[in-house]
Amino acid sequence: MQRTIVIINRELSSYFATPLAYVFIVIFLVLAGVLTFFVGNFFERGQADLQSFFTFHPWLYLVLIPALSMRLWAEERKSGTIELFLTLPIRLGEAVLGKFLAAWIFAGVALMLTFPFWLTVNFLGDPDNGVIFASYLGSWLMAGSILAIGAAVSAATKNQVIAFIVTAALVFVLTVAGTSTVIGIFRGWAPEGLINAVVGASIFGHFTAITRGVIDLRDVVYFVSLMVAFLAANAILVDLKKAD
Amino acid sequence: MLEISHLVKQFGPLVAVDDVSFAVPVGEVLGFLGPNGAGKSTTMKMITGFLAPTSGTAIICGHDILAQPVAAKRQIGYLPEGAPAYPDMTTAEFLVFIAQIRGYRGADARKRIGYIAELINITDVMRQPIETLSKGYRRRVGVAQALLHDPAVLILDEPTDGLDPNQKHEMRGIIEAMSASKAIIISTHLLEEVEAICSRAIIIARGRILADGTPAELAARSRFHNAVRLGLAGGGNDSAASVLASLPAVASVEATSEGDGYWLFPRGDQPIVTEVAALAQAHRWTVTGIQVERGRLDDVFRTITTPPGMTSPAAMPTPPAEVA
Repeated sequence: MQRTIVIINRELSSYFATPLAYVFIVIFLVLAGVLTFFVGNFFERGQADLQSFFTFHPWLYLVLIPALSMRLWAEERKSGTIELFLTLPIRLGEAVLGKFLAAWIFAGVALMLTFPFWLTVNFLGDPDNGVIFASYLGSWLMAGSILAIGAAVSAATKNQVIAFIVTAALVFVLTVAGTSTVIGIFRGWAPEGLINAVVGASIFGHFTAITRGVIDLRDVVYFVSLMVAFLAANAILVDLKKAD
Repeated sequence: MLEISHLVKQFGPLVAVDDVSFAVPVGEVLGFLGPNGAGKSTTMKMITGFLAPTSGTAIICGHDILAQPVAAKRQIGYLPEGAPAYPDMTTAEFLVFIAQIRGYRGADARKRIGYIAELINITDVMRQPIETLSKGYRRRVGVAQALLHDPAVLILDEPTDGLDPNQKHEMRGIIEAMSASKAIIISTHLLEEVEAICSRAIIIARGRILADGTPAELAARSRFHNAVRLGLAGGGNDSAASVLASLPAVASVEATSEGDGYWLFPRGDQPIVTEVAALAQAHRWTVTGIQVERGRLDDVFRTITTPPGMTSPAAMPTPPAEVA
């Protein structure tokens, strides 16, 4: 645990040693604002909630989170520091977890910086803060799942651009699976079980369920198992590919 | 201290390291020599736990690198090939990270970092990002990182690569000063380095150990071992050559490549310099120089590492111009 914390610290400080952290946070906040107010019609809806804010998170993350995860392992492999890193007295699990947690904490910080939205709705009306809290939690869990996918992909390549594109494509498939368009394609000919399976595998579906204000254990389990599965894949991929 | 037994590494059909075994006790500086692609770095990567061997293992201070990797890695200081370090960190941040991972905290960590920075002479670049450092400084930061925890086993992949002659000398001094209390392996292309600091040398090519001994023992395998270089005014003449060849202890006589005298190769290993000197005096030759060669590591290196049947120009018996 001690060593995992040291790794988290190093990773976090490296985000802020480069412009990466600032660029990411600024773009995240600006995009979130634009989507909420202009595309989501925050004011026109006349409702004191953050539905129009959270509804875009899956799409925002689809683009931004792979940018955060692409460097996690690809950069280490490209620069050769992975040989230094993995010959230090640490377990592979600590290395994988440390890198992932640092990125997840960073995503959490970016998410927390959207607090003015929360303040705004509270100032304008009387929102259900329980729903908003649940949505924030769901959003963070979703970010973690996408980060875990991205970290695993990043371990499989030395090329950050490839890591970005592959992660975005995977996440896109996992996200759209739960949208009404895709469900519409299946409806009418596919058995109910298949439709449920497709929706059940979808990031979008589970996230929307949480934003309705109910933290269902199944949704939490879904995101946590995505993280666990892809972090395990991450460790295996690092071990297989580190010397290439 | 460090025991390597039957290490094998295969990459698909390619056998990069083929049944390598050796042990390094405390106090030994082992020079790991070999052409590029011989398997030096791969062997080092397996000893340090970066690569899993196809078979065989390495025992570091009683800890098997496969069974107890973390305990084994604690005992190792490792400078990987090319001295990788996180480019966006400053030297100080980087060393703090390494110190913390190795379990040093607070004042303890600061003390160790201060001591090492002083020793390796990097105190003036502590606040600089590593990406802005020169190649020599980067290499030294890599060595500092490897030495930080005063490891029992030190493994340095080309520690003097990229250093200027003064820095090389300094680095060799540092390695030598530490050698009494550690088991050290260094890989290098520089044969002079082996002669300068190594108490033992292993020559490896195509994944196999081809020679193992002290640098002097290896040099003795050279055909120049105990050969005499006799410089004669005017370069001598054919009669001088035939007189020299008639000495019973002399196996062969060759003109030096500069044409200023002869190389005399002994029969067997016995020294021939007294006979040659006496002969020169008896014939009243004007001798401009006479040197006994102890052997040449580079000559041995070429002979050993050139695959049989391949006669590269480097393996031709032309004695080098300069004689030590």
